Amino acid sequence: MYQYDQYDQAMVDARVEEFRDQAQRRLDGKLTEDQFKPLRLMNGLYLQLHAYMLRVAIPYGTLNSRQMIALGDIADKYDRGYGHFTTRQNLQYNWIKLEDAADILADLSKVEMHAIQTSGNCIRNISSDHFAGAAHDELIDPRPYAELLRQWSSFHPEFTYLPRKFKIAVIAAETDRAAMRLHDIGIQIVKNDAGEVGASFYVGGGMGRTPMIAPQIREFVPLDQLVTYAEACLRVYNRYGRRDNKYKARIKILVHEMGAEEYTRQVEEEFAHLLEQGVEPPLAELERIKPFFADPAFEDGPKSIDRSDPDFALWVDRNTVRHKHDSYVSAVISLKPVGGIPGDATGDQMRLMAKLAKQYSFDELRVMHTQNIVLPHVRIADLHALWTELEAADLGAPNLDTIEDIIACPGLDYCALANARSIPLAQRISEKFAKNGRTEELGQLKLKISGCINACGHHHAGHIGILGVDKKGTENYQLSLGGSEAEDVSLAKITGPGFDEDGVIKAVETVTDVYLETREDGERFLDTYRRIGMTPFKEALYDK
Amino acid sequence: MTNENLHSQDLGTSPDDVQFRFRDDEVADHGTVTVDACCDQTNATAVRIEPGDDARVLLPFLDRLALVEVNFPSFGDGRGYSAARILREAGYEGELRAVGDVLIDQLSHMRRCGFDAFAPDKPLDEDDARRAFEGFGNVYQSAADARESGRRTIAELRHE
Repeated sequence: MYQYDQYDQAMVDARVEEFRDQAQRRLDGKLTEDQFKPLRLMNGLYLQLHAYMLRVAIPYGTLNSRQMIALGDIADKYDRGYGHFTTRQNLQYNWIKLEDAADILADLSKVEMHAIQTSGNCIRNISSDHFAGAAHDELIDPRPYAELLRQWSSFHPEFTYLPRKFKIAVIAAETDRAAMRLHDIGIQIVKNDAGEVGASFYVGGGMGRTPMIAPQIREFVPLDQLVTYAEACLRVYNRYGRRDNKYKARIKILVHEMGAEEYTRQVEEEFAHLLEQGVEPPLAELERIKPFFADPAFEDGPKSIDRSDPDFALWVDRNTVRHKHDSYVSAVISLKPVGGIPGDATGDQMRLMAKLAKQYSFDELRVMHTQNIVLPHVRIADLHALWTELEAADLGAPNLDTIEDIIACPGLDYCALANARSIPLAQRISEKFAKNGRTEELGQLKLKISGCINACGHHHAGHIGILGVDKKGTENYQLSLGGSEAEDVSLAKITGPGFDEDGVIKAVETVTDVYLETREDGERFLDTYRRIGMTPFKEALYDK
Repeated sequence: MTNENLHSQDLGTSPDDVQFRFRDDEVADHGTVTVDACCDQTNATAVRIEPGDDARVLLPFLDRLALVEVNFPSFGDGRGYSAARILREAGYEGELRAVGDVLIDQLSHMRRCGFDAFAPDKPLDEDDARRAFEGFGNVYQSAADARESGRRTIAELRHE
């Protein structure tokens, strides 16, 4: 994986000192809270319901064991012994004291980590395919391109006060594991007819209160123009994105109101101009970055698995994924134990995952946007030993992509924006389906819960989505069906009137019953919904 | 001269308001007009860009302009950064002055986008400002500072 050189390290160290200085000026009264707020936000520090929340960047979701250990140690030293992995492939600490923030950033910088631009109206941490470099179906590892863009977007002088936050995802497979088209910019690394590698640009996607699927605006950008093209996309947005209403300020609204064609025309014009300005880093920089992501030394070994232990066999079926080398798999560590808080891990669990990564996965871990952890390169021969240790640490839940593998935002338990609680609902739903034994039968079923319309829990992209709203002072939950964040991207549709907490759990059960009764061979919940439409589900929910 | 023009001449900051300046030439007391007025008046030498203005309409007149002020009514509105770079990219070499809600923590980015004079609404602490202008030493992107002072990016330094 990528390693800082003296330049990268100096930038991060300088940032820590800058933040110390800013915090001191705030304490000295030289900065008002209004002036300090965007500065602390650009260092990932939010003021939440009960305390400060610090969001740590994990570029393209990749980290090594040393970094994971540091995250666990920070959880113990400065928080309440745990951290929360997020849908941005990042980590959040929920109980931080302002006076500790600079020290935490200093601890992070010792392991080449930071909280830069994890918040604020700037280019955020760049996300990618959590199986990058391991996936059997990828064209090429997308992370060198993500790293190039990470450097370009760090402290960008022109794009630090954008109309609104800006999220970029980079993938390099036809299978989309990063919700690429639900980003402000989605980039797919592709090959053109001449066999050259380049980038397809999709601009103006997003979730939030106005979900949009990004249209493609350029089929192929040559690799030696990648940064220049991104710069053109951002400049048009910075100049013309709406600033009169923060709810209409994301680039998706600009692209929608201007029209994808006109936006594209303006980007192309700006691109032609910027090409003459020489803003592109030398191609040699991309070549310097690439070897950091070279394959580890894979070795041939056993390819078959002893399935005599049924619990182990179930975990293998559910939580391991085909690898590009046939003696290896990618193993997913579920952070969704039945009845647990989606995405939470204790300091001890983080240190254990770090140890296992070092022992079994070439010292590498990934954070998934579904709030789980991946050991990307595990020898098939080591799987049973790995599973045994995971089981002992309550990290062996065999539920990847099942109804128990719920994405949930922090909700009203933590978040100042939330209208309703998400976590208790996720806990109750996973308990319910674990108890009634339907999880396995239901197969792939992506359930996503957001506690307000900002959609941090990705409910628009859930096969089943739940949105918490405030209805006359009580929590109310809207159910939606048919969303997908994958290559078959679609936005979920609301079933009808909302439910209370007990009611929405019952409603989830009802729609899964409809699916089980009407599915045809091999259909997932989503496939059945797409075939039969909303009506049968509505009838079951509302016609009593 | 109509009253409207008289009024528009009062738009700008005065040289006394300029707290930081990175130019050796004389600070002239120009009458500053709006972007619209600048396009109509063939003798205007100083203009003030508001966030919603398109800096590119000034490009045909750059030769006669000695001062462009870019107003930041609120520090969170970043359109002025693009305006500044666009002018420098087009070869504008006159004074580029950031005015309005200009604060310490925006100075280094503004400088990198081509601003070479700063007239904050509220005067800034000189020591804090000096540290801010020094920035982080190196930079990842090529911006107006590459053109102005030949500043090399980190990527360029790595591959010298």
